[in-house]
Amino acid sequence: MKLELRGITKRFGTLVANDAIDLVVEPGEIHALLGENGAGKSTLMNVLYGLYDPDEGEVLLDDKPQSFDGPGDAMEAGIGMVHQHFMLIPVFTVAENVALGQEPTKALGALDIAEAKKRVEDISERFGFNVDPDALVEDLPVGVQQRVEIIKALSRDARVLVLDEPTAVLTPQETDELMEIMRQLASSGTSIVFITHKLREVKAVANKITVIRLGKVVGTAKPDASTSELASMMVGREVGLTVEKSSKQVGDVVLSVENLAVLDDRGQRAVNGVSFDVRAGEILAVAGVQGNGQTELAEAIMGLRSALTGFGKITIKGSDMTGSSVRQVLESGVGYIPEDRTSDGVVGAFTIAENMMINSSYTSRFTKGVNINFSARRKIADELVKEFDVRTPSAETLAGKLSGGNQQKVVVARELSRDVDLLIASQPTRGVDVGSIEFIHERIVIERDKGKAVVLVSTELDEVLALADRIAVMYRGKIVDIVSPETSREQLGKLMAGVAA
Amino acid sequence: MSQIQLAKEERIGFKSPITMASIGVFVIIFFGVLGREGETVFEISRRADLIQLPSISIGSSSLGWVSGILLLLIAGYSLSSSLKNRKTPLWVSVLYGAIGVIALLGWLAAGNQVPLTFIIGTSLVLAVPIVLGAMGGLMCERVGVTNIAIEAQLLAGAFMAAVVSSITDNFFLGLISAMIGGALVSLVLAVFAIKYLAQQIIVGVVLNVLVIGITSFLFQQWLTQDAENVNFPGTLDIIKIPFLSDIPVIGPVIFENRITVFVALIFVPTLYFILFRTKLGLRARAVGEHPLAADTVGINVGRTRFWWVTMGGMSAGLGGAALTIGNAGAFGREMAGGFGFIALAVVILGRWHPISAALAALLFGFSIILRVWANQVSPGIPTDFIIMVPYVVTVIAVVAFVGQSRPPKALAIPYTKG
Repeated sequence: MKLELRGITKRFGTLVANDAIDLVVEPGEIHALLGENGAGKSTLMNVLYGLYDPDEGEVLLDDKPQSFDGPGDAMEAGIGMVHQHFMLIPVFTVAENVALGQEPTKALGALDIAEAKKRVEDISERFGFNVDPDALVEDLPVGVQQRVEIIKALSRDARVLVLDEPTAVLTPQETDELMEIMRQLASSGTSIVFITHKLREVKAVANKITVIRLGKVVGTAKPDASTSELASMMVGREVGLTVEKSSKQVGDVVLSVENLAVLDDRGQRAVNGVSFDVRAGEILAVAGVQGNGQTELAEAIMGLRSALTGFGKITIKGSDMTGSSVRQVLESGVGYIPEDRTSDGVVGAFTIAENMMINSSYTSRFTKGVNINFSARRKIADELVKEFDVRTPSAETLAGKLSGGNQQKVVVARELSRDVDLLIASQPTRGVDVGSIEFIHERIVIERDKGKAVVLVSTELDEVLALADRIAVMYRGKIVDIVSPETSREQLGKLMAGVAA
Repeated sequence: MSQIQLAKEERIGFKSPITMASIGVFVIIFFGVLGREGETVFEISRRADLIQLPSISIGSSSLGWVSGILLLLIAGYSLSSSLKNRKTPLWVSVLYGAIGVIALLGWLAAGNQVPLTFIIGTSLVLAVPIVLGAMGGLMCERVGVTNIAIEAQLLAGAFMAAVVSSITDNFFLGLISAMIGGALVSLVLAVFAIKYLAQQIIVGVVLNVLVIGITSFLFQQWLTQDAENVNFPGTLDIIKIPFLSDIPVIGPVIFENRITVFVALIFVPTLYFILFRTKLGLRARAVGEHPLAADTVGINVGRTRFWWVTMGGMSAGLGGAALTIGNAGAFGREMAGGFGFIALAVVILGRWHPISAALAALLFGFSIILRVWANQVSPGIPTDFIIMVPYVVTVIAVVAFVGQSRPPKALAIPYTKG
């Protein structure tokens, strides 16, 4: 089926998320939609899927204009979407999830579960997906959950399949498998829109590339275009894809983790017997696919999540910090950049200055006795805004009004301006624009060169390879191996899938 | 499996066996050793029954001993489960509860009779408003709307049933208008929660206060002035199902009741079937768990929530009718008396599952009749203590046996799109 978008414009208040976007996807084509986070890719696809009404423009399928009142209409017309955040109900089985919305029934409206299972099995067999229709979705690994989403779309006869950032949650090997599936679907006539910001994948699988920036189409390219050409189209200027880094000068052990075990919110062991040391002056990257215990590990080190009693030990600068409160950990000289900046990093309703002092509100440079030293706070905040290049009218602006990259710079400024010996940085550049990424990377390297120990938790292999002095790969709560940054991507991919060297 | 030793946080723990053992010891000491003199007679058949079964007579303190020892044995079984890191199975807990209840009855009625059929039957009748209210609440919560206005729905239903039945002299119309009354209250909740995205708890509180106010006002200004014409409905006829009602115990308890009880008995399994076995239920649960996902497969979230909330109101309204024309025979000021809030607790205690919720409601029905009956058979025992017992049992049950329950994920979160 041929898909055409003509002059799509979508505004949210004063923000123009999509500005007169044109896009044509031919039948059987894999069309990559390339752009940074926040460029307007997901908004465009939600318009296509009937979740948002466009303010201007139209959607055409096989040259016929369509008007979608909701996702139901879009699906009816043959558009299937695999969302970045899966649209699956965790407590339902695979068959129930696939059946939802077009359930096979018997008498009295009773569900025909056997028929629902058969649908899953048929598609699963045809494309070699290997999915158990009776499994509860919450028990499945993310890669399999994604296949369930694809099955869901295919079972509705989707002839245009939209994949929104599908590889964010996958290991390199799973990514390769997904690409194979995409090629297979395309050769059977399905049109595929592949949304991503990862250049490597685009080059590997796409037939045609459309690049969007700040809500506008900035150009199209062939997959044989060079990486740096695509990157500069995406960002709007030349970008340095590598970080300058001198060789490391290591000192004493700052953080030592021994046989740590931590439970996740569901009471399962997310971290299961992890041990490592980090020395002053080095960056240890914790790599792995999202959801393999990295989040819980970082939270446990910070005291945000308690370690299982009777097991491991966390030692910071020689003193045992197992079971310490967050405040004790912070005061022992630890800086923390949390994974989710909007929920854990900044308080959106507070000003930048207030956010700067939020974890040093007891006795610090911001206080005078029991009072806040307002003049000192203003001065410090202004300096930090300047030093860390936070783009804001003033330090009294509400943090919630800043863009993602600038919010993250506020967090980085707060943590690095404290006198810390250990920095735990969890996904420090997730959802941040390329300019800010370069800046944050440089700052992290500066900290390391100053002789601080850094733990970098990241799911982006590029970031890990650019910054790390040593790479610890986590899989299912365990560290599979700790390797040097010279290790090949392929080897790292294998480790991320749990295959020990 | 080469599982390394389990950490404290991962173990099932010894809450169940410890609770069970302490209650067992309590029963032996107070009902056995320090037990009361006299025989307790368990009457299984009523005098009017067709088939007569002999009564069972046992010394009150020996019953205390026997049941205490049985309770300790079950506690031992529970301990062995815990040692193997397994949960104590539900049927074991239910058996335990049943023995505990018998021990309590035997102790209370020393030197007296225990009319089993009467106690179980009345528990059921008293539980009906709670059951129907809880089903109403459950239907709302399963689609993601918190309903704390069950009390208001019960009251509206009770009021409408009494007044309409009195005026028209037709119970059928009374039942229908009770459902409409409950549905109207739900309608307000639905509109505010779904269309105006209001904070659902606040809407619920306001509705409770509003309906209590309106019904009390009308009761004082109208029903008491003209009671004979507008608040004198009488009660529904008791229907005896031929043959089935002659079965000992079960017959009189289940097959000889008013229509409201039959409706509740049929509605609970029906709701279970709809929720877990049909397309409608699958969609409803999807809306309550992940409304956006439901929307993306073409399910209209707002409409689904609207209908389930409205239907839930009808169920609770019928529960209100069970209070007036199904039991008391007239409307009284604030006569729901907290049943709506008990129903709310029952939904959680029953883990949003119709059948468990109905069983939990039965426990509360039992606690009400126990209070009344115990006062008559043993005036010597302080009433306060007896009133306390069922609630203590409930708290223990929740802490020791129910464990963590998982509400629908999207509960109380308004759904908006684009």
